[in-house]
Amino acid sequence: MSGMVEKRGQGYWLTHVTLITGVLIIFFPIYLAFVASTVTQPEIVKPPMPLLPGDHFLENYREALVSGINAPVWRMLLNSTLMALGIALGKIIISLLSAFAIVYFRFPAKQFFFWLIFLTLMLPVEVRIVPTYEVVANFGMLNSYSGLILPLIASATATFLFRQFFLTVPDELAEAARVDGAKSMRFFIDILLPMSRTNIAALFVILFIYGWNQYLWPLLVTTDPQMNTIVMGIKQMFPSGDDIANWPVIMATAMLAMLPPITVVLFMQKLFIKGLIETEK
Amino acid sequence: MAGITLDSVRKSFGKNEVIHGIDIDIRDGEFIVIVGPSGCGKSTLLRMVAGLETVTSGDITIGDRRVNDLEPMDRDIAMVFQNYALYPHMSVFQNMAYGLKIAGTPKVEIERRVADTAKLLQLEDFLERRPRQLSGGQRQRVAMGRAIVRQPSVFLFDEPLSNLDAKLRVQMRLEIKALQQKLGVTSLYVTHDQVEAMTLAERMIVMNDGVAEQIGEPRDVYAKPATNFVAGFIGSPPMNFFGPSALKGYTGDSGGTLGVRPEHLTLCDETRGRLSGVAKYTEVLGAETLVHLVMNNGESLTIRQDGDSPAPDPGDNCFADFESSNLNVFDSQGRRVT
Ligand SMILES: Nc1ncnc2c1ncn2[C@@H]1O[C@H](COP(=O)(O)OP(=O)(O)OP(=O)(O)O)[C@@H](O)[C@H]1O
Ligand SMILES: [Mg+2]
Repeated sequence: MSGMVEKRGQGYWLTHVTLITGVLIIFFPIYLAFVASTVTQPEIVKPPMPLLPGDHFLENYREALVSGINAPVWRMLLNSTLMALGIALGKIIISLLSAFAIVYFRFPAKQFFFWLIFLTLMLPVEVRIVPTYEVVANFGMLNSYSGLILPLIASATATFLFRQFFLTVPDELAEAARVDGAKSMRFFIDILLPMSRTNIAALFVILFIYGWNQYLWPLLVTTDPQMNTIVMGIKQMFPSGDDIANWPVIMATAMLAMLPPITVVLFMQKLFIKGLIETEK
Repeated sequence: MAGITLDSVRKSFGKNEVIHGIDIDIRDGEFIVIVGPSGCGKSTLLRMVAGLETVTSGDITIGDRRVNDLEPMDRDIAMVFQNYALYPHMSVFQNMAYGLKIAGTPKVEIERRVADTAKLLQLEDFLERRPRQLSGGQRQRVAMGRAIVRQPSVFLFDEPLSNLDAKLRVQMRLEIKALQQKLGVTSLYVTHDQVEAMTLAERMIVMNDGVAEQIGEPRDVYAKPATNFVAGFIGSPPMNFFGPSALKGYTGDSGGTLGVRPEHLTLCDETRGRLSGVAKYTEVLGAETLVHLVMNNGESLTIRQDGDSPAPDPGDNCFADFESSNLNVFDSQGRRVT
């Protein structure tokens, strides 16, 4: 009896030691980046690399946030946030509406449109980037938020996901709403939207990070440093030619770039788990 | 309050006609039960009255308005669905209030009406709960409540009790009956359960394959079934059918079918018995016993007798007879002759 408890105790410790080791290994580079963001440039380049945080934390972060290298980091953070929010929300709204149309309305060539949307799944941004650039340029949307957001906003994946979810909602619910007098948009807003909350929350997390991590597209459409997003901005900070890289500021920027996605994941995780516990259908 | 009139109502899905012309005049406040086997078109008929299904031809009138082209909400009806169709993310209160809210009823009025209805259905303690926190019977009541608060002139029920267990079904059946009598609202109730149909209906429509085989009071439908389908469908165990040749001394038309209900048959001796067969097995149900015979021509015969009457052993030769007034005669098309 006591042997069993002992054994379970060992397993307990073993899993924890393994997990903690794993976390440490994954966390180490991030820790190094943090250390690098708190020391001075000469300290970094002189081997061995420092392993303990220095005392230039405030200085480096202030420099990054306020002046940066090409553009102040607060500006790039703002750009990235707006772009990621725009993409996530836009994708969710558009795909909710198109899934609603596909599932609940009968219109000519409905199947055709559905497959058309489905087909775009097979064309990633990179494949259609040249024509998209052309269109955006012709609309004069280079160096603008709409240029950053709009071309990335259509989402076959999300449409498909919501379609699958709507198909599992019993028809009787739509009929009950109809008998209760709800017109289609009212049904959508009062019944379908609240029922899709968990799906929306999960998608929001995924799409926000997708938007945040966009690299190629912002690189193409923004030439003005004031419109740079942070993910591409970090790359832009690397000096070309013989200039010396200001590593402490670059590392501070990298640390700052991680904060918003982490916040979103942490905050939405709560909502997410709450939604999962309260599952209802 | 309103009556309902169906005037040669038909429904086709594509080329496939599933309702072949139904006529009925339903009085204001009447409780009508539509009963029939699965797939006969009961739900389709009900859904046409509700406005959830278009009418291919014919007219549906509620009160004195032709409603063929009206949206469900404009028909002054309320419907109770088989799976209750409660909004899962809304509380019981919100579920009941939703229709009123859309209709723009003032808040105070909504609260009063929901409270009244909740009291009527003993749901007061559950108003803040979500549907999934309720038992099947309570959900059923909420679905009823959602229909009642709207104070419609017609209730439509599509097999509302079929998801409940047997005991609860009996209880809810009584409650529905009592409620309907209290509220006096015209009701159309679909079921495939003949006991539900018999106990609830003021008049019933027995449907088969998209046709109303008989419309009438349960007692009449039982006593004088209009077709041999109705005779076989209503009543449990069902009526015994046999060819005219099986009945000793029968002199009528030899082309049709004869029928006698099990409770009208009694076992007797050879001299009086006009029907005969070999006992196969008996079912003892307590208050009554079912004796199953196989007649010489291979048709089976069920006799329902008191639990304390002597029952034959399997293999015994038996004879049975009945009062001639209880004989049902159907012609070769299955229509009742006498
Ligand atoms: N939307 C539809 N499209 C095509 N055929 C349909 C449709 N709805 C119903 N039917 C057909 O109409 C017939 C009647 O269906 P209905 O649902 O009214 O039967 P029911 O009497 O309610 O049966 P149950 O007791 O099983 O509910 C069936 O043969 C069914 O296949
Ligand atoms: Mg049905």
